[in-house]
Amino acid sequence: MNLFSDPRWSEALAHLPDYLGNHVRVSLAALALGLIVSLPLAILARNRPVLRGALLGFASIVQTVPGLALLALFYPLLLVLAALTLSWFGFDFSAFGFLPAVLALALYSMLPVLRNTITGLSGVDPALTEAAQGVGMTERQSLFMVELPLALPVMMAGIRTAAVWVIGTATLSTPIGQTSLGNYIFAGLQTQNWVFVVFGCLAAAALALAVDQLLALIENGLRHRSRLRAALGGVGIAALVAATLVPAMARSASSYVVGAKTFTEQYVLAALIAQRLNADGLSATTRAGLGSSVIFDALKAGDIDVYVDYSGTLWANQFHHTDIRPREELLADLKSILAKQDITLLGDLGFANAYALIMPKQRAEALGIHTIADLAALAPSLSIAGDYEFFSRPEWAGIKQAYGLSFRTQRQMQPDFMYAAVASGEVDVIAGYTSDGLIAKYDLMVLGDPKHAIPPYDAVMLLAPKRKDDTKLRAALQPLLGRIDIATMREANLRAAGNDGSSSPDAVARWLWEKIGKK
Amino acid sequence: MSNGPLIAYTKVGKTFANGGVVAVDDVSLDVAEGEFLAIVGGSGSGKTTLLRLANRLIEADRGSVTVEGEDVRNVDPIGLRRRIGYVFQSGGLFPHLSVGANIGITPKLLGWPAAEIAARVDELLELVQLDGGQYRERLPSELSGGQRQRVGVARALAARPRIVLMDEPFGALDPLTRDALGDDFRELHRRLKLTTIMITHDMTEALLLADRVAVMHEGRLLAQGTPGELSESNDPYVEKLLHTPRRQAERLGKLLPRDGAA
Repeated sequence: MNLFSDPRWSEALAHLPDYLGNHVRVSLAALALGLIVSLPLAILARNRPVLRGALLGFASIVQTVPGLALLALFYPLLLVLAALTLSWFGFDFSAFGFLPAVLALALYSMLPVLRNTITGLSGVDPALTEAAQGVGMTERQSLFMVELPLALPVMMAGIRTAAVWVIGTATLSTPIGQTSLGNYIFAGLQTQNWVFVVFGCLAAAALALAVDQLLALIENGLRHRSRLRAALGGVGIAALVAATLVPAMARSASSYVVGAKTFTEQYVLAALIAQRLNADGLSATTRAGLGSSVIFDALKAGDIDVYVDYSGTLWANQFHHTDIRPREELLADLKSILAKQDITLLGDLGFANAYALIMPKQRAEALGIHTIADLAALAPSLSIAGDYEFFSRPEWAGIKQAYGLSFRTQRQMQPDFMYAAVASGEVDVIAGYTSDGLIAKYDLMVLGDPKHAIPPYDAVMLLAPKRKDDTKLRAALQPLLGRIDIATMREANLRAAGNDGSSSPDAVARWLWEKIGKK
Repeated sequence: MSNGPLIAYTKVGKTFANGGVVAVDDVSLDVAEGEFLAIVGGSGSGKTTLLRLANRLIEADRGSVTVEGEDVRNVDPIGLRRRIGYVFQSGGLFPHLSVGANIGITPKLLGWPAAEIAARVDELLELVQLDGGQYRERLPSELSGGQRQRVGVARALAARPRIVLMDEPFGALDPLTRDALGDDFRELHRRLKLTTIMITHDMTEALLLADRVAVMHEGRLLAQGTPGELSESNDPYVEKLLHTPRRQAERLGKLLPRDGAA
């Protein structure tokens, strides 16, 4: 079979104008901002050792912050700023997506530009700056006519390094809501769609190389005083920007944006919602791979219009409640709290994605275990595994306290491996997720929670404040409410975890609609 | 001021901040219009500092420097430098600019029209005996040392200065080139009625080219005068400096006898 006959290639290609366009815009805006700030600073610092030391030190420290963390830091920072400008000046701005990405990437681009500009300028032969003075140049003329032209090759090397770094790092701006080529990589990693991962990497590398070569052409032209070459490079960059702007302008501004967090189920549900909207003649795009804390604020700010969250997550993470309520009560409470923020809780989808203690069905039956209460007596001789955060979450403390659980050992594992580990007997019990498709695949069993120690995590659809009276949107989403039962969602998740052409979120979402739409 | 000196140093002193080195100490020296003065001294003698005080590349701490009758402290340094030609050690040409652009730099700074600059560049290339068609568009790196220094001289003369300052202009050249360039410049000096100060560590060169020679040592002016006056000096350092050319002249006279030689 031809490697490229896999339908995922053409699906990836279909996203390219959107992802590449956004990637180019955010990268070049960041690079331009970085240059506008760095070049004058470097020129200012060239004869001031203290300022130079401080600048290079600052830029080096910024460089040591992992790119993802730097991007993530700008989001809350801008949220606070936006809140301040709203209360002081009566306007706010979106702290989501483009702005934090541009600021963080611009900061990231500063080190090579600063360092190379300072190095380039201080590398100019002092005899030549003396000569510049001697022939009657002012300090400014000496800078522009002699020092900068002579430092240009070293400066351009720095600018090219910065460009490559920024284009590479921009792939990490997906979780803060900036669409980029990183969308391929994040989605691909989550849904084990290696075609997407490879496609995203290749596209980012090709873009970096193209921009690097265009900058090289400009440099070459400037160095050899060839207007033609410099102009060709400039035209190339301009064409790149223009080409990415065209599809963006063609897209209608009124299109709906569907958000998704960073795991498989969310990708599938976002694809399903977008398909439903499109089927009703409403144009929709998805913004997938958003961080769990980013996505709610993005909805509140209207940067996305609709997404699926989980009642327990909203209750604990957004509203910081620690008490556990029965699910109906929790949903009702959430609905009224959210309504105060103008956010509509449209309804639940019919399944919950909660934490649960899970064992192989055969083993549980052999041991006579049906619920967590049954487990308590045997726990001291058993081992348990959970994901990286589970054992520090309030749910675990609640379960332990309610049932008096104490295991022989507890281990942390990558979620994907947990299910295989418990199926093979490497651990006895895992703290997994109720909607995970692997439960069915490995014939596992979710233990009951008679004391209701685990908060409910019903999947609920949320609408942005600006969409609260949007009847068309509500009508399009209505058929999804209460229709997806846990078994169906597990099967959908299992399909999406596969690694073939029918495992893309879009394909699984179509399968899911086939299944629930006929009910 | 028509009879006064064109450049006058009066009790000038300069101490550099780093290390407190007294580079020039209480120097008084006049240069008359049309004169060719050579300042001779070893490294660290203060000769370069003295030269640069004239166009304010370095500012004096004590005493005064006047150029064309005006105290340079009252003159805009940028304007001053544009009307004084300056020839740098080993050319000081801008490596990213063509020969033509290097020569035309000061006229360009002065805002001359492009056509006038181009004409002046051609005129100067001819003056320093370089073929315009061949050299105008070349980069300095494509020239020999002697050619580079000719371009350096042309650049200094571009804005038609009355005064030319030369900082060891021929020091890095081979003896033949150096000799030819020295003679050519001396001829330009005469023809263009320039007033020239040249610094050199080579007493022979100074004696052969200049009308008058000033000797600097450890920041002080030890002696000044025509070669004849200088030979009367009983300063031991001046005698030491004159010893080499004298001995060379004697030995060369013996080694290379020629009919009609004096």
